[in-house]
Amino acid sequence: MTHSSNEGATNPLEPERSNQQFNWRYYLHFSTDHKVIGVQYMVTTFTFFLIGGLLAMLIRGELVTPELNLVDRPLYNALFTLHGTVMIFLWIIPFNAGLANYLVPLMIGARDMAFPLLNALSFWLIPPAGILLISSFLLPNGPAQTGWWSYPPMSLQFPPGQPINGQLFWIISLILLGISSIMGAVNFVTTIVWLRAPGMTFFRMPVFVWSVLSAQLLQLINLPSLTGALILLMFDLSLGTNIFKPLEGGDPVIYQHLFWFYSHPAVYIMALPAFGIFAEVLPAFARNPLFGYRSLALASLGIALVSIFVWVHHMFASATPDWMRVLFAITSMLVAIPTGVKAFGWTATIWKGKLHLDTPMLFAMGGAAMFLFGGITGVMLAANSFDLHVNNTYFVVGHFHYIVFNTITMAIFAAIYFWFPKITGRMFAEGWGKLHFWLTFIGANLTFFPMHPLGLQGMVRRVASYPSEYQGWNIIASLGGFLLGVSVLPFIANAIGSILDGPRATDNPWEATGLEWTTSSPPPRDNFAEIPQVIFPPYNYGNPRAYGEDSATQSGEEVSSHNE
Amino acid sequence: MPQFFEYFLLTIFIAGLIFISHWIGQQAYTWMPPQATAEAQRVDDLFSFLTTIGAFILLGLVSMMLYSVLFYRAKPDDYSEGHPSRGNAKLEIFWTITPILLVAWIAFQNINIYKQLNILGLKQIVQFPLDAAPAEAAMVQNTPKPAAETIQVIAKQWNWRFRYPNDVINRELHLPVNESTRLNLQAEEVIHGFYIPEFRLRQDAIPGRDIAIVVTPIRTGKYRLQDAEFSGTYFALMQADVYVESREAYERWLARVAQQPIELVDAAVAEQSRSPRTLLKTGWYTGLSDSASVADSLSPKDGGNS
Repeated sequence: MTHSSNEGATNPLEPERSNQQFNWRYYLHFSTDHKVIGVQYMVTTFTFFLIGGLLAMLIRGELVTPELNLVDRPLYNALFTLHGTVMIFLWIIPFNAGLANYLVPLMIGARDMAFPLLNALSFWLIPPAGILLISSFLLPNGPAQTGWWSYPPMSLQFPPGQPINGQLFWIISLILLGISSIMGAVNFVTTIVWLRAPGMTFFRMPVFVWSVLSAQLLQLINLPSLTGALILLMFDLSLGTNIFKPLEGGDPVIYQHLFWFYSHPAVYIMALPAFGIFAEVLPAFARNPLFGYRSLALASLGIALVSIFVWVHHMFASATPDWMRVLFAITSMLVAIPTGVKAFGWTATIWKGKLHLDTPMLFAMGGAAMFLFGGITGVMLAANSFDLHVNNTYFVVGHFHYIVFNTITMAIFAAIYFWFPKITGRMFAEGWGKLHFWLTFIGANLTFFPMHPLGLQGMVRRVASYPSEYQGWNIIASLGGFLLGVSVLPFIANAIGSILDGPRATDNPWEATGLEWTTSSPPPRDNFAEIPQVIFPPYNYGNPRAYGEDSATQSGEEVSSHNE
Repeated sequence: MPQFFEYFLLTIFIAGLIFISHWIGQQAYTWMPPQATAEAQRVDDLFSFLTTIGAFILLGLVSMMLYSVLFYRAKPDDYSEGHPSRGNAKLEIFWTITPILLVAWIAFQNINIYKQLNILGLKQIVQFPLDAAPAEAAMVQNTPKPAAETIQVIAKQWNWRFRYPNDVINRELHLPVNESTRLNLQAEEVIHGFYIPEFRLRQDAIPGRDIAIVVTPIRTGKYRLQDAEFSGTYFALMQADVYVESREAYERWLARVAQQPIELVDAAVAEQSRSPRTLLKTGWYTGLSDSASVADSLSPKDGGNS
């Protein structure tokens, strides 16, 4: 290894690396470098996050009052359809793919992904798919208005005489995104299995890599089901087949099974990388080894395995027989076991540590705490007797936003702050980061907590107007939503300002363990001057040599003494 | 003696947690709408139980995190290790077994209550269109809960209609109190969801399938039936009034509406015709033909469901 110090100002190798500073123009080109592709993913999807957020603020704007007064009903329906689709398929899933793209080869000591060209193609499918979806606002009758589930036969109703319609755009866009994700999954799994550096055994991989592996295996196993169902839906919509049309001999419930067979595991495809982020950030800022590393690593696989068999819990009120409801209630609750192991492990990791409450840590701890709430309401929803009451109410909306926003998006922000110095070579402004955290944390709870009492009281989701008794909580949720909209502004200012003019970052500003911190910030094209030899278990916070100090003195003698 | 003191503190902590989470679990009943069916009470019991366990876990772990935040902060430049512990097999086994036991307990309670709901009448009868229906479905089909009344519920975009035993069709759902009524759910073109919050009951109606539920209301009053499976443009307006009343009042109402047609304005058609003022107007296709009349009057005996 060519670098030895974590004191960047006095690093004698600094001049050699000055040509590797972050240059944004480079990121507009077609590149097969996993780091460039990773940044391309993250910046592109963040743009869609802003679009999805604006759609959400329009929704919350309409829901301030019980009556209809901001948008008309077709537009409202288009807003929540595109909000859900954009946030899931163009923000969280591809952002996670981008983050994993950047980090996985660095974390396992590889020079790139296994298939660099396939990697680039996976990314370049996303902008056209996203633009296609958003452009459907320009169609004569607007975008798809049937929710992100697009259940037939409703999704097969379209304006008479208009075979080119928003639903078709939606389907094509999702098929493209599905193909992109499947190609990405092949790449990730191959990379993690075959390109690990010497000494990087499976049980020396950071938990983030374990969680990416688990999530991408789910993509491989489950995503073809959705992509196939969407192709069949397109046949029904555009070619006049009768696969899902109940009055012509088709079966709409089959679509629900195919849809949720992917779209429930999709929640874990989104959440597992977030759990991985917590497992990286919490030890680094608590200065403790990750507590129960092996059980947390295996819990990732456990969550993935169980989540393949839980999809019917979205269909407790559909045409499902009793035995199916009870069976899937039990399998759904089983997810709580590996997830509980994770939550206990995080808590034990920060227990009696030496906590540094920097911005990444705040986001990680806030996200982990709010995950507990979302996880507990999740177990409630798995109990089918209770679910019958709140199914399709705001209770469910509140629950999954505690997961997708209050947990996953918080984790994503933790990751952005944590690896920002590595990716850009610059430090961000800590004060602005803390402001961003508190606005987000308060806004998230204000927005999504009120949805639980609303759902318990029976307010149904996807309504543009509602009975006036629900107004109080809705006003609070809307105010929280607008606060969340404001909360990204300090983040954007901080990110842009710091990339342009932030203080130079050292190789390892957090004194964290992990191979990505042993290379320069930003890393060179081939990641490592020479492929590292891994001699330590992960999260080796008790041992200063594990995070850079004195790394030049690693020798064969230590290989033997530190091998497990 | 410090160890004894630590155990003492831990005991106090857990006792406090149990006390608070039990109290929160009792509060859970007040977060729900009134209980209008016998089933509602069971569902609320389950919710209270889940809330108690959930509050215990949430408060327990969050207070441990907060404790660390308050008392284990590093000095600004102190990047030395906290403690070297990488794990503890006993502890890890303990917190794997604990959720397993909790889940088993919750699953048992859930099944138990779901069974009781069935006994009380919250039975979904799913009739498969194929002859080779699964055995379970066939079994369910053969043992429908005996019901005093059978009412057909007809959902279409975007209104509810109810066909009563005397073939009267009306847009209000009237149910006799303390009696089991079988509701045959039918959907005309897309999937709709039958949902009355006070009944703690929800079931989709799917075109081409016969799905029935049995309800036993125990509390008289007026409730709101709301479509709960998104069904298109005017989804939010797809509501109906539900009246739970005494047997005599129910019979009187039924006799009265059999005599005279009740004109009820279709909310979706009414809104389409007066075109509400909204800041942003798209004029996109609503799925409702403009020719639909506002006063969509129903003669009491038209063959509404065909």
